[in-house]
Amino acid sequence: MLKFKKKQASTKQAIPTASLPDIIFMLLIFFMVSTVLREYDVKVSFTLPSATQIEKIDNKRLISYIWVGRDGRVQIDDNLVLIPEIQSIAARKRQQIPNVIMSLRIDEGSKMGIVTDIQQQLRKGDALRINYSAMQKL
Amino acid sequence: MLRKRTNRDVEIPTASMADISFLLLLFFLVTTTIDVDTGIGLTLPPPVDDAEEVKIKSENILKVLVNAAGEVLIDDELTSVPQINQIVKNKLKANDKLIISVKVDRETPYRVYIATLDQVKQAYAELRDEASVARFGVSMKQLTREQLQQIRDLIPQRISLAEPERTR
Repeated sequence: MLKFKKKQASTKQAIPTASLPDIIFMLLIFFMVSTVLREYDVKVSFTLPSATQIEKIDNKRLISYIWVGRDGRVQIDDNLVLIPEIQSIAARKRQQIPNVIMSLRIDEGSKMGIVTDIQQQLRKGDALRINYSAMQKL
Repeated sequence: MLRKRTNRDVEIPTASMADISFLLLLFFLVTTTIDVDTGIGLTLPPPVDDAEEVKIKSENILKVLVNAAGEVLIDDELTSVPQINQIVKNKLKANDKLIISVKVDRETPYRVYIATLDQVKQAYAELRDEASVARFGVSMKQLTREQLQQIRDLIPQRISLAEPERTR
């Protein structure tokens, strides 16, 4: 009956997985190196404005953020602050990182009054490099 | 007396190694944020008390005033935000020592302010682009780092943020 035997390849049919951990470790190391674990939780809600002439900030480690929410609350690092406190905070940041860039993430509907107040505080605190965070306008 | 040697395999099983490293990989994948920060960079003037007053001829200052309703006044002429680009560009062409002084009302929305700054920056970008074509024959994007610096030195951005005061 069994005249036709199915031909079977004599090679093994398993993909060698011995190097799989190495590949994954390589990916892992890439992500470990590129991760900046210093994340803040943002307690204010905001929508960034958009602009066409925007530039990228290359060095993320120089950046220090100031958030201003829709309701006018100001957050630096992990706490909500009052505007008169910004001066001393800015001065401290300046001491820690001499060429600090203050990135202002301000809600697009905010009044300019609060923005100028923050800027005055930053000037007094001698943190003069600022960046108005904005999205790329399409 | 001969002891029978058991031929045990003495290898650590590495089959689960991949799973462990996958787990770590996933953790870092989830926690990584690869969003680049973009925005409009600016340097604030130093505090008022220790900066000496610099006298600038009034013809070298272009005052851009923006009120709460988003209306723009450039050298006593009423315009709107999208037109700033052209006006500033023409004025810069006529006078290359011009300083753009941007002044806003306390009630102006932040988005109008950013749009204004963006317009002024656009005017500069277009001028630089033209200078680049005239000098090197290619647009700004194709310049080398040194050439870019030359263009930047040729047409410096002079944007001044006026001292805030309550405008009526």
